[in-house]
Amino acid sequence: MTNKLYGLAALFDTPDKIIHSAEAVKTAGYKKFDVNTPYPVHGMDKAMGLKPSTVGFVTLFFGFSAAAFILFFMWWTLAKNYPLVVGGKPYFPLPAFIPITFETTVLIGSLATFFSIIALYFSLPTNSHPLHDSEYMKAVSIDKYGLIIEAEDLLFNKTQTEAFLRSLKPVSIEEIYYPEKVIYPLFAPKFIFFLIIVSIMVSGSTYITLNTLLDITPYGWMSIQDRVNPQTKSEYFSDGFGMRKPVTGTVARGFIPYPYLGQALPKEVLTNPLLPTEDIIALGKKKFNTFCSPCHGYTADGDSRLRGQFPSPPTLHTDKVRNYADGMIYHIITNGQNAMPSYAYQVTREERWAIINYIRVLQRAKNAKPTDLAEIQKESRK
Amino acid sequence: MINMDSGYIKKNLPARIGNTGLVLLVFGIIFGIIGFIIEPERTAYSYLPMFMFLLSIAVGSLFWVALEYLAGADWSVPFRRVAEFLSAIIPLLLILVIPLIIHMKELFIWMHPEIVAMSKVLQGKAPYLNTSFFLIRVIGFCLIWILFYIIFIRNSRKQDSTGNQGLTKTNIVFSGIFMPVFAYTITFSAVDWLMSLAPMWFSTVFGAYLFSGAVWSSLAAITFISIKLKENGYLHPKVNENHYYSLGTLLFAFTVFWAYIAFSQYMLIWYADLPDETFWFLHRWTGGWSILSVVVILTHFIVPFGALISFPSKTNPGRLKFISIWILTAHYIDLYWLIMPSFYVNGKVYSFSWMDIVFPIGAIGLIIVVFNWSVKRYNLIPIGDPKLQKALNFRI
Repeated sequence: MTNKLYGLAALFDTPDKIIHSAEAVKTAGYKKFDVNTPYPVHGMDKAMGLKPSTVGFVTLFFGFSAAAFILFFMWWTLAKNYPLVVGGKPYFPLPAFIPITFETTVLIGSLATFFSIIALYFSLPTNSHPLHDSEYMKAVSIDKYGLIIEAEDLLFNKTQTEAFLRSLKPVSIEEIYYPEKVIYPLFAPKFIFFLIIVSIMVSGSTYITLNTLLDITPYGWMSIQDRVNPQTKSEYFSDGFGMRKPVTGTVARGFIPYPYLGQALPKEVLTNPLLPTEDIIALGKKKFNTFCSPCHGYTADGDSRLRGQFPSPPTLHTDKVRNYADGMIYHIITNGQNAMPSYAYQVTREERWAIINYIRVLQRAKNAKPTDLAEIQKESRK
Repeated sequence: MINMDSGYIKKNLPARIGNTGLVLLVFGIIFGIIGFIIEPERTAYSYLPMFMFLLSIAVGSLFWVALEYLAGADWSVPFRRVAEFLSAIIPLLLILVIPLIIHMKELFIWMHPEIVAMSKVLQGKAPYLNTSFFLIRVIGFCLIWILFYIIFIRNSRKQDSTGNQGLTKTNIVFSGIFMPVFAYTITFSAVDWLMSLAPMWFSTVFGAYLFSGAVWSSLAAITFISIKLKENGYLHPKVNENHYYSLGTLLFAFTVFWAYIAFSQYMLIWYADLPDETFWFLHRWTGGWSILSVVVILTHFIVPFGALISFPSKTNPGRLKFISIWILTAHYIDLYWLIMPSFYVNGKVYSFSWMDIVFPIGAIGLIIVVFNWSVKRYNLIPIGDPKLQKALNFRI
């Protein structure tokens, strides 16, 4: 064999022998040796002179990191960035977060331990080991106890080490070599053929899955029913609609339809039922700023940013508008006028009257009288 | 066949230990009687933590004996006698309970018919919480524990001279019967002695709470005594840090178990936020009691958790001894925290009583006296146990 020697492996047949051999190898001064047994043999750590594993610190580090992270995460999402009241508790209810912190600590700690052990013992990214496929590994997986001294050990000398192992009276001694490195050509016809087969199988099975398999309903007893599903045609009614329209002229409960709908200039209009109280004006301001100000501007001057880009919205401070009855403005909001559409669906009837009251406030503020000055002076003199 | 493992030599404890125990016990009895004469109500409340403490250790030790049989554990065989000797307190519970029965009217408000007549809730609970049924339970549970104590201990001791392996099998069967019995008796004992102090309050996990504390503290007592005996050469010389490690791991496990139970109880009540459940915790979170609550959390969980988490701390005898004493103290504080706030209700202001010191001293004396008495009569190692040799060769 021309390959590099990995080590010398000896097989023993009792657990006592393997413990004594491990002790002998340790006393002989070997550092790079290992023991393989079919089950954990008690006292082996001591016999081999192994120090306690440091993997616990990996668990500790990842456990604490996970706890810190999840606490920060819950604090950030529920208390800081978007504060949410859940169950009437404070924004950061520690007792409620402890189970989650505990579970995350355990989960991340154990997963990190598991993967770090895998990574360490398999010496990732390698996925092969010289001991694989050896007679030695087969034997220690069944009923033998094996000991291997690696060739990398400073004391290793093939003849001397072999003689030393023989002195321990093993069942057999095996030389373990590194496996031969085989490089497979990328464009071998076999490989290409394999790729084609794989691609056909993958695309075919994907097609079948998406177009046939997913459409098969395993249990359709509840979804297949004698009813009209949304967006489907009704077989029962001749017009094809699933839902019936109300009879013409139907009026909802508690709703009085606006009588002058569709008239450009109604002969008579409604009267404002609301008194201009503070609450009503506040409501009117809110609704005006939401629905009216985009065109008419916050002060109803028609100075919104739409001016110049669109048929310029009119100011509400003209004499015409000031002389309108409340009911006329109501009519315009409800019915729409010129470029202005109807706002009947956005603004309720009460809100419309509130808006009108607010418009009156704005108009009054724009048209101060000399008497107002006297009023202010009277106020300040007090 | 008798397993005559050489290496164990039966020795009596030095006389000064027995004398010390006797002095402490007599001190406790004398001052306890004085306390009951001067201030019976407060003294009954100081006496109850001590009673629950002794009950925890005695019944908890019997649990460990039964658990060893049931689980087929072999490493713990050298310590089984320590647990058996501690559970020798169980027959004495029948005597220890007498002062509580005399003063039970001062302890439990549901025993007053005029108070029950005022409360609809207490009337509903009356089928369970009434004096005669309470007495039946208390005496009955003591008798059940004594029965199992006698069965386990007699079989175990008979094995010393005969080496009959069938006795182990008999004990395994009785352990299987004892486990559910223990679960129910310890749960209802917790309800009777601790939860019914505040009869309007209820918590379904309360039995498990006392169980975790009892098992934890009795294991701490077993650990402390075993290490002390081993260090002074009374236990088998082959007992080593492998055995200590197992004891330490169990101590650590039950530290976390208690915290799990205690937190489950707290969190559910905190989350539901119902006034008929929260008042119990709120009472323990007002005034000076909040300090004691923090002390309970620190001593009962955080310190033992930190102290026991590392590998060396579970194998080092000195550290294990220290933490065992710590755990016993923590369990006493926990019982004090459970019981004492129920006395200081309706605006009564807390004051420390010298009885709170007298009774723990008496309890320590009682444990020493009972233990010393047992050591004189019986072997400290179950020399006839078939698992003993395996136990002594135990390695982690």
